[in-house]
Amino acid sequence: MKSMTVFDHKDEPHGEELVQRLRRIALEIRKDVLLMTTKAGSGHPGGSLSAAEIIACLYFHHLRYDPENPQWEDRDRFVLSKGHVCPALYSALSKAGFFPREALWTLRKIGSILQGHPDMKKTPGVEASTGSLGQGLSIGVGMALAGRIDNKSYRVYVLLGDGELDEGQVWEAAMSAAHYKLDNLLAIVDYNGLQLDGPVERIMQIEPVADKWRAFGWHVIEIDGHNVRQILDALDFAERVKGKPTVIIAHTIKGKGVSFMEGKVEFHGKPLTEEQLKLALKELELQERLLSTNDFRKESAL
Amino acid sequence: MSKVREVKAMATRDAYGKILAELGRIYKDIVVLDADLSSSTRTKYFAKEFPDRFFNFGIAEANMMGAAAGLASCGKIVFASTFAIFASQRAYNQFRQSIAYPNLNVKVVASHGGISVGEDGVSHHCTEDIASMRVIPNVTVIVPADAVETREAVKALVEHYGPAYLRLGRPKIPVIYGDDYSFEGRKLNFKIGEGITLKDGSDVTIVATGLMVYEALQAFEELRREGISARVINIHTIKPIDADLLIKAAKETGAIVTAEEHSVIGGLGSAVAETIVQSYPVPMQFVGVKDVFAESGPWKELLKKYGLTSSDIVKAAKRVLKLKK
Repeated sequence: MKSMTVFDHKDEPHGEELVQRLRRIALEIRKDVLLMTTKAGSGHPGGSLSAAEIIACLYFHHLRYDPENPQWEDRDRFVLSKGHVCPALYSALSKAGFFPREALWTLRKIGSILQGHPDMKKTPGVEASTGSLGQGLSIGVGMALAGRIDNKSYRVYVLLGDGELDEGQVWEAAMSAAHYKLDNLLAIVDYNGLQLDGPVERIMQIEPVADKWRAFGWHVIEIDGHNVRQILDALDFAERVKGKPTVIIAHTIKGKGVSFMEGKVEFHGKPLTEEQLKLALKELELQERLLSTNDFRKESAL
Repeated sequence: MSKVREVKAMATRDAYGKILAELGRIYKDIVVLDADLSSSTRTKYFAKEFPDRFFNFGIAEANMMGAAAGLASCGKIVFASTFAIFASQRAYNQFRQSIAYPNLNVKVVASHGGISVGEDGVSHHCTEDIASMRVIPNVTVIVPADAVETREAVKALVEHYGPAYLRLGRPKIPVIYGDDYSFEGRKLNFKIGEGITLKDGSDVTIVATGLMVYEALQAFEELRREGISARVINIHTIKPIDADLLIKAAKETGAIVTAEEHSVIGGLGSAVAETIVQSYPVPMQFVGVKDVFAESGPWKELLKKYGLTSSDIVKAAKRVLKLKK
């Protein structure tokens, strides 16, 4: 392996500088998501925004990977099971150096390396072809078993949607992960409370969701999924849980960061108009400036 | 069904179980998955010898397919087994999305194909899988004719990168090949995508797959007694299909009968028709299950009732000869 280019910041303490940097990256991911989907004329901005901090913390602090060698066999694996929020992943992957930034503006276009849903054969850094919901955790189970067979220390991370938990396969996978005691597997639920047709509680109640995971044999951590420090702590803590898999239930806001998108189901699968985009970018840039002036030092300010 | 000679019989699933355990000793990257049917699919032999490389997923085929994808993405040669009906339908989208689309090295080996499953009835029969699996891009589809060919197919699949569907059967069926994969003294070589001409003939070609290959050989004898010269081709690989061999047969015999333990819609017959109709159309007749659900019963009686015997092939051959210009 090429140790020089491997991102491995795990020993870095979660200092203020790190937290600020990740917050800034989350804002940059949000801007990219909105620009990409508006340019593409389709896509899923709402859920991409709710996952921005989670993806920022994974790709710019927690995961081990090598953009120069995407197939490095000791890399951590990240499976985006809620594949429709791939704009957020693509933004992170290009920032991490897996492919040039210009590719972002080809999202969903003929010939693009960036498909409407993740394609592991077309996009460097994408670990699984997802988009048909409910399948990513099973893939993660397979990767975690492979790591065990090969005595590898890599870990497997799977990001799930809350609506996705309607799929029975998720629970088949949850049962098998606990059965095989896959403590090298971490699931994260982006619990933004909205699915395509409306509020999760109205479409298909998933509560008591933490109890469900516990009953399936998982260690459960609940956090504010926009609180960078909580995300980092949870990711670290999960590594110390042995003998069972861990799930982080990350409470988030769909459309987070843009006032008129927050909590609005209509932005699940609809991009912003050019006009809305301008307003949204202004809001996000303001948040970036506030970060610079350290007004965002306290989590409560978010 | 008249017998040419007494032949030994063996289930293709038994051959699979044995060779898989043998290959496990050579290929350390083979990982085997099952969904609570390892005693039936015969992956239990591998499980016993390599418990660290065998994972039972319980009665959860969808999850098994996803896990297969994950293991394959980490470099494993994955064999995932269950019954054909569950492999090809219960977990169809998982196979398409997580395995076939990213072209991962997963071999779905499905036992209990067709209606020769027998007494368990329609819930456990599978007459749609050749159609549903061959329509997915990247997927190799193989239906071996007997136990020996199953062994050769599994060996070939281990060396072949990519997703595949291997369809096996429940009952003990006649072994048509010599143990060294020879036919009538002729040593053969199993190559994915290459059909095998078992009998040469000039009036009509019988193209068969799976256990219908034995019936086709019986039909060959019956037709010969009536002065009809039939060519018999075993298409073990439905996809990619051996177009050259089929087009040559169309040109040289001018009529084709297909025979498969599968619906007449979308299976071998359709694959052969799609192939020849674009190059050299000739009249065809399809022997297979006629767009109906079968029923419970002893497997040999089911084959008779649902038109899957040598005499059905003979009748189809006579029909197609009348259509021949």
